[in-house]
Amino acid sequence: MEDERSLSDICGGRLALHRRYYSPSCLEFCLSCPRISLRSITAVTCTVWLAAYGLFTLCENSMILSAAIFITLLGLLGYLHFVKIDHETLLIIDSLGIQMTSSYASGKESTTFIEMGKVKDVIINEAIYMQKVIYYLCILLKDPVEPHGISQVVPIFQSAKPRLDCLIEVYRSCQEILAHQKAASTSP
Amino acid sequence: MPRLLQLLWAQLSGPGMVLKAFFPTCCASADSGLLVGRWVPEQSSAVVLAVVHFPFIPVQVKELLAQVQQASQVGVAVLGTWCHRRQEPEESLGHFLEGLGTLFSHEPWLQLCRERGSKSWNCKATRRQGPTPLAPACEDQVMLIFYDQRKVLLSRLHPPAALPERQAGDATASAGGLAAVFDTVARSEVLFQSDRFDEGPVRLTHWQSEGVEASILVELAKRAAGPVCLLLACLLSLVSAASACRVFRPWPLSFIWSKLSTCEQLRHRLDQLTLVVSAHRAEGPAQLMRKANTLVSVLLDMALGLLLLSWLHRKDRFAHLAEALVPVADRVAEELQHLLQWLMGAPAGLKMNRALDQVLGRFFLYHIHLWISYIHLMSPFIEHILWHLGLSACLGLTVALSILSDIISLLTFHIYCFYVYGARLYSLKIHGLSSLWRLFRGKKWNVLRQRVDSCSYDLDQLFIGTLLFTILIFLLPTTALYYLVFTLLRLLVVTVQGLVHLLVDLINSLPLYSLGLRLCRPYRLAAGVKFRVLEHEAGRPLRLLMQINPLPFSHVVRTYRLPSCGCHPKHSWGSLCRKLFFGELIYPWRQRGDKQD
Repeated sequence: MEDERSLSDICGGRLALHRRYYSPSCLEFCLSCPRISLRSITAVTCTVWLAAYGLFTLCENSMILSAAIFITLLGLLGYLHFVKIDHETLLIIDSLGIQMTSSYASGKESTTFIEMGKVKDVIINEAIYMQKVIYYLCILLKDPVEPHGISQVVPIFQSAKPRLDCLIEVYRSCQEILAHQKAASTSP
Repeated sequence: MPRLLQLLWAQLSGPGMVLKAFFPTCCASADSGLLVGRWVPEQSSAVVLAVVHFPFIPVQVKELLAQVQQASQVGVAVLGTWCHRRQEPEESLGHFLEGLGTLFSHEPWLQLCRERGSKSWNCKATRRQGPTPLAPACEDQVMLIFYDQRKVLLSRLHPPAALPERQAGDATASAGGLAAVFDTVARSEVLFQSDRFDEGPVRLTHWQSEGVEASILVELAKRAAGPVCLLLACLLSLVSAASACRVFRPWPLSFIWSKLSTCEQLRHRLDQLTLVVSAHRAEGPAQLMRKANTLVSVLLDMALGLLLLSWLHRKDRFAHLAEALVPVADRVAEELQHLLQWLMGAPAGLKMNRALDQVLGRFFLYHIHLWISYIHLMSPFIEHILWHLGLSACLGLTVALSILSDIISLLTFHIYCFYVYGARLYSLKIHGLSSLWRLFRGKKWNVLRQRVDSCSYDLDQLFIGTLLFTILIFLLPTTALYYLVFTLLRLLVVTVQGLVHLLVDLINSLPLYSLGLRLCRPYRLAAGVKFRVLEHEAGRPLRLLMQINPLPFSHVVRTYRLPSCGCHPKHSWGSLCRKLFFGELIYPWRQRGDKQD
């Protein structure tokens, strides 16, 4: 079953939340970030080329212009491949684990999978980010040495940064699956 | 609506874990038969390794499984049945398969079923609730996870779970869930040795059932490696014996060898090569990777060295270099003379103490004069020396770079001497000043208590102390300026040498084989796994595809970095500044030999 809603992130940009329900034990949330806008690309390109043309009039060396074109192209490719995230996905599979995928604008995907045995809990935490107080969802990992300790905090949806309403929905679904997993692991 | 279904499922389904069945993709199109694999009760997962086809004799199947279990220490057992049906379901086959459950008893009994030509699968896992065979059976939920057997077999998980080495029976500690799957497949290699062309009693389907994989080149290389390694090991032992002989023992020679970075680099390479060609087999995969990385690094080094040599020989560049060397040394000496003349005058408008200025300036000028004469004496031999040194480039680019660094330090030896003189003079002055400053204030340094104590001086002590203090403080600017100038020059030379050493370090320690492996066969170095949900229909079990998540390049370099010479500057910026201020000598490159001093 699929579900789609339109939400906003902490800066006011539009986000789209896809919710896919494969089975009672498998759930997928996909958050699509706002796309790269033509206006910003044009603005950056114009700035770089104006600066290059200014340098060219000073130095009379045409290498500067070709270098500017090169830099713009490489910069754009680098930005699409390493910086701009298209959508982030969270896949929870009962008794297997939690998987987080970030897909970049150039198609590259980077995936992290955390086994269920290492997951202690999924919580919504507050943080002070510049001048704002924001909420973010994170996974707490168990400490192998200390039974009640936490070894690591892994934040989810770091690039999309959704607001509390979206986080509450994801949190509720995660908690249902985790509760079932805890009941299963404690029963003989 | 989905929320309701979820709640309902949570209420109705038992508290048992979902059963995970790891199924190899190569067996998805196999004919019907028995599922053979390992059951991991802690994670409630069944790792299917192969499918045994009809017809078979149960006794022979049990024998084969016992053999595999003994050879690999993995608890291989019959897990259930596999049914690959045609369009018309065969009733007799269904009943027959159910009857097999009584022959090979296993808790839980898995029954996988697939319709030929379609993507719909059916899974059932039955578990008896009581001890008697007539007790009612309960069904578990099953989740199918497909995995590529070949890739999982060949890959290595980082960081490796702390799995104990082969223990008796199946008593391995519960490793992190997926590491257990990798471990099971890796250790069951003996099960995959037989293919369908063998005339064995039992027919299996697994990733190698179409024929065992092998490569002619690899086999030839393995055969040839033995004698070649033996030969190289003999040669290397001869070389190391020759270098350790008594001729090189006496003090001046051993001191020179310890200071030259070329000797350090050669020794490092010798150690590495000895490790690679040693007769011991590699203990584990980490050792094997290290050997392979070392070998590839040495080969690349030699290839780059030969390239450099051919480039140098092409347009008779040696002669050009030799011709250019003496004028360059002359030029440097001339510039230094100009610098000293400038310092002896009124440098940057500062007023120096004339007498001290002249003394120091003349002292250093005489040194430069000696140096120029020395260089001119050496000039006819330079081309030959360079040519012979250039031959060493065929030992590797790192050796050539180390020789370059040594040549730089030899050519700038006078700058080093000036720096040492200036620094010693300056540090003497600073110590004198600090002690006399204490006297000026009526205090003294207590060596026993390591602190400053007050002290009552006699009048003549105070008088002479104050006089000396005044003299020293008025002579301070001159000495400080000379010290500053020569320290800057020395730091410049040290920076250039440092860059060369950095390049040598990079070539020495970069794990090229691992990087190449990560580029060409990314599944060999696994950071983890990733799952993809396959087409799902309501009422059918959940199907996932497990793929290998390769290690990022930065982690590859960090994990498989080769140990380098270790000639890194040991000072932090703070201690460096402190040493410069007090005029202590800086030795940025502590060679390995210096640790024994």
